[in-house]
Amino acid sequence: MNRLSRKQKWTLCRILVSAGLLILAVLLHHLILPHETRKWYILLPVYAIPYLLIGYDVIRKAILGIVHGQLLDENFLMWIATIGAFAIGEYPEAVFVMLFYQVGELFQSIAVGRSRQSISDLMDICPERARVVRDGIEIEVDPTEVAVGELLVIRPGEKIPLDGVVEVGTSGINTKSLTGESIPREVAPGDTIISGCVNQSGVLHVRVSKPYEDSTVAKILELVERSSSVKSKTEHAITKFARIYTPCVVGAAALLALIPLFILGPTAVWQGQWLKAALIFLVVSCPCALVISVPLSYFGGIGAASKRGILMKGSEYLETLARVDTVAFDKTGTLTEGSFRVTEVTPVQGSEKELLMLAAAAEQDSNHPIAQSLRQAAGEGPLPAVADTEEIAGRGIRTVIDGKTVLVGNRSLMESVGIEPPRDARIGTVVYIAVDGVFAGSILISDAIKPDAKEAMDELKKSGVRRLVMLTGDRDEVAGAVSKELGITEYRAELLPDGKVEALESYLGDTAGALAFVGDGVNDAPVLARADVGIAMGALGSDAAVEAADVVLMKDRPADLAEAIRIARKTKRIVWQNIWFALGVKLLFLALSVFGWTNLWAATFADVGVAVIAILNAMRAGR
Amino acid sequence: MKQIFRMQDLDCANCAAKMERKIAKIEGVQSVTVNFLAQKLILEAEDAKWAEILPQVDEAVRKVDPDCRVILK
Repeated sequence: MNRLSRKQKWTLCRILVSAGLLILAVLLHHLILPHETRKWYILLPVYAIPYLLIGYDVIRKAILGIVHGQLLDENFLMWIATIGAFAIGEYPEAVFVMLFYQVGELFQSIAVGRSRQSISDLMDICPERARVVRDGIEIEVDPTEVAVGELLVIRPGEKIPLDGVVEVGTSGINTKSLTGESIPREVAPGDTIISGCVNQSGVLHVRVSKPYEDSTVAKILELVERSSSVKSKTEHAITKFARIYTPCVVGAAALLALIPLFILGPTAVWQGQWLKAALIFLVVSCPCALVISVPLSYFGGIGAASKRGILMKGSEYLETLARVDTVAFDKTGTLTEGSFRVTEVTPVQGSEKELLMLAAAAEQDSNHPIAQSLRQAAGEGPLPAVADTEEIAGRGIRTVIDGKTVLVGNRSLMESVGIEPPRDARIGTVVYIAVDGVFAGSILISDAIKPDAKEAMDELKKSGVRRLVMLTGDRDEVAGAVSKELGITEYRAELLPDGKVEALESYLGDTAGALAFVGDGVNDAPVLARADVGIAMGALGSDAAVEAADVVLMKDRPADLAEAIRIARKTKRIVWQNIWFALGVKLLFLALSVFGWTNLWAATFADVGVAVIAILNAMRAGR
Repeated sequence: MKQIFRMQDLDCANCAAKMERKIAKIEGVQSVTVNFLAQKLILEAEDAKWAEILPQVDEAVRKVDPDCRVILK
């Protein structure tokens, strides 16, 4: 109850009191008043009390609407319908129509309030203050007033107000509000940190690298704010439909009252079903359930996605995403980690660690990327001492460790000393190691496939994506091996950046649904823009990607794509359920009323009921 | 020029659509979005006519819903 606004509480109060008064009026009417006193001039005032209490604002708006030339707005329609009901002597019905209309309005207002709340929770990432060191003193200022190059002090529990680089201090950073990821990220001097996250454990001194307008938090807020303004085709269609629906139904209501008037004469109309049918038409003519539930569903879908670190730039893209049947991926950095590292260690005997230490020790003075990956994999501890290291150009290294001659290098290095290592079909660079002329094992260095990539591909296939394609600039054999491992059936390798656009276009012409392209935002902005829906992955902190893409996956997780499509499909399903349900019930009651098989009570109940159910259904999209 | 205005007491989705249509007809307005859920009005219009457009926007909003206000900063 505390979450209701004053206006909502007042409406609730009016609903309860006038419902009570309506019951009293009905009791008075049928049980207490003697039969001969049940005249219109006695009954009308009795029913007018609850009617005016519940409907005064509607009547006021209806009259102002007429003054402003706004006929056919919902207030006017409700007013006319209830006045009509009074005129034909259906007093309790008149009050009930108004009462239930207000119940529907209150419900709608609460639902919309809830949805807004979920967006403002998201806005919680917005930092209010920044603590900055000026002339040696810490002062608190508005984040927008902080200049690039200034030094921020961020205490534990505080939000990071601007993007920057850590100068002093270590801490855990909670990125949950941005990415949905709950494990804190450890940061140390030299690391870049992003605004909108929460500093958890230690005091950090941070050098500001971007002004507030360009910082991550400002970009994300802008994106979220804008997202509910970019309307989908369905939303446009519904608004257009509402525009013709109301006049049509009101016109039909007028005809229902007028045609029998000319054919059957005034008395027949006054007493017959026709006027009642016309009033029912007026009650059902308000398209609100449709108009509100569609954007509310999309809003919910966008909200649900952003809670999981998936940002949509508009409901249009949510709609496109639901139609996706072809997904094209960039390889490096999207499906794979994008950096070379040790992915397999295969010792002939002894432990993996021993073999790795041996290789890392031999390569400890080399700057070659392979040597760096080996050292990285070996960890930070001290490496065994080496002596007489000799580099054999194009083949590897010969060195002496613990008095043993160690060879680390490629296949031809092994063959030069008469060793024949087992054949290897793995993709990547294989480093062979021999000790004292005996083969000791091999280490595979490759661009590792992301741990959840396979699962993501399976999920996508399950969700009905027909075609998975990989577009890469990498060599054919690497592309082939990666796509085989992931279960991707088609790939195009050795593409130059503009070749990717061409390849994508050939698929665009070949899909029945929509085509999504997923990239990491590096060098693939034109491809992102060309696809029906461009998705940037791991985009936290990359402005170019946020700019070019329609959907932004904040986390570096391919599986989030399947999640995004799932949310999009669910939202679409809810939207269509609501459209058919609301239209169906409205048309049903229109038809029933023409045949005189229903009454104002049932029609009102059905119409508001539909709105409430549609809204409840729409709220489901947000979960 | 493009600006975002906050709106107060915009409480009917159909009204938002009506306001949008009315405002779009004002001379000099290039694009307008009335976002019912965010209670925002996003207006893009010619710089030269900006000052004349704003009161007309306000009037259009009031005509559709007399209780609704655009907060013109």
